Amino acid sequence: MENNLLYHLGKYVRWHSQIYSRPENGRMYYKEIIRQLYDIGVGSLSIVLIISIFIGAVTAVQFFYQMDGTTIPPYFIGYIVRDMTIIELAPTFTCLVLAGKVGSNMASEIGGMRQKEHIDAMEIMGVNTAAYLVLPKIIASLLIIPILVSVSAIVSNAGGYLASVPSGLFTSGEYIRGLRAFFVPSHVTMMYVKSVVFAYIMTSVSCYQGYHLKGGSIELGKASTRAVVYSSILILIADYIIAVLLTG
Amino acid sequence: MIRIENIKKSFGDVEVLKGIDFEFEPGKTNLIIGRSGAGKTVLLKILVGLLKPTSGNVFYDEVNTDKFSKKDIRKIRMEMGMLFQGNALFDSMTIEENIRFPLDMFTKNTMKEKTKIVNKCLERVSLKGINKKFPSEISGGMQKRVGIARSIVLKPKYLFCDEPNSGLDPKTAITIDELISDITDEYNITTVINTHDMNSVMEIGENICLLQKGKLVWKGNKDEVIDSENENLTDFIFASPFLQKLKNRALGYKAKMGDQNKI
Repeated sequence: MENNLLYHLGKYVRWHSQIYSRPENGRMYYKEIIRQLYDIGVGSLSIVLIISIFIGAVTAVQFFYQMDGTTIPPYFIGYIVRDMTIIELAPTFTCLVLAGKVGSNMASEIGGMRQKEHIDAMEIMGVNTAAYLVLPKIIASLLIIPILVSVSAIVSNAGGYLASVPSGLFTSGEYIRGLRAFFVPSHVTMMYVKSVVFAYIMTSVSCYQGYHLKGGSIELGKASTRAVVYSSILILIADYIIAVLLTG
Repeated sequence: MIRIENIKKSFGDVEVLKGIDFEFEPGKTNLIIGRSGAGKTVLLKILVGLLKPTSGNVFYDEVNTDKFSKKDIRKIRMEMGMLFQGNALFDSMTIEENIRFPLDMFTKNTMKEKTKIVNKCLERVSLKGINKKFPSEISGGMQKRVGIARSIVLKPKYLFCDEPNSGLDPKTAITIDELISDITDEYNITTVINTHDMNSVMEIGENICLLQKGKLVWKGNKDEVIDSENENLTDFIFASPFLQKLKNRALGYKAKMGDQNKI
């Protein structure tokens, strides 16, 4: 029964009615949201910056290599880097990395609380633990991850510039012309839609793994791994569905 | 008053509780005793609502918990305090934050008022001045007392203690027992303790039920323990080889005295 996918899907859906119930004390939830905003936002900023620079850099260099010798004008590289990062790489890559960093952390934190009977202790006090432990994480993720994705998109474009212009692949003017060419505002909307959906998937799936943990430290490790694996797979599936829906 | 009626609980094919009826008397120290695996913790978790019985009923002041709405459950839980076997103190919070947590969550008191209540509770468990320490910085006995302080901070009507003496030396265990017993009287709480410690039984057992393999096999109070000839109870009391030896010696002495009296 516990290995049944449908069993967990049903449990996951039903668990949401517990999460979205009226908070016992808004101020406590607010404090927790602020803590999570800091942990997720500031805590992940450096990794997001590092991966974003390389996303942009690799995209620029790779496309220059593939287009070399063709009649496609070099400024197209800037255009490709911009759209690739905005539409796909910034939201997907950032959220996949965050699933590994933040998602596993959330699963371990809540799973550890389950093991140490902290969740039971809160339940006895009358706290709605699903709401108190999960809702602030979801709200914080939905607020901060789109910002991280925006940062990632900007830094990726800068990464493309840094990797190609100083090394003489093309000129600064060509790259910037490409960044400004054929801009479609709805692509930015698509980026935000993706980042919000991915943030929700990553947070709720990871918290689910921790919250429903049974067993000891080996199971905690497994739950943490499952949080990353399942979040990543679901993010990629959602990525495909959003792409089909918003570009169709 | 808490009353349970024909409580059964199974995990898969294993029946852990086999139909238990008992009344936990209000304002008294009620003990659930028995060997490891007898079903004590499961019964305690059913009483506080962390587990659902497979069948049977739990009544709080004669109201069946099955009929409780979500609001009622929350309300009754705010009247409960629980001391966990592993203390369940939030390790990333200071002692003060741990004890203040229920106040932060459920009251609109100012920080000054909350700090005053926390200090009062800490004083009550003889732990003045450790507010800023973390749980990992204090001893196991102190952690138990912090756990008690946290469980009484909202002035509960019911106090549940899961093996409050586990992992403590005999002297500290007695201190914890006395503290729980005093708090029970002071706050007029209905206390339910789950233990296998005979010292606790003889010190604070005002209303005791003995579980064996998921069945209730004896009930009484600490004064009735000594005179009881219930085999299950004597088996439980004299489980250790040392006590068994003492018992045999006492029986031998009694028999010898009986023979001499005949002569």
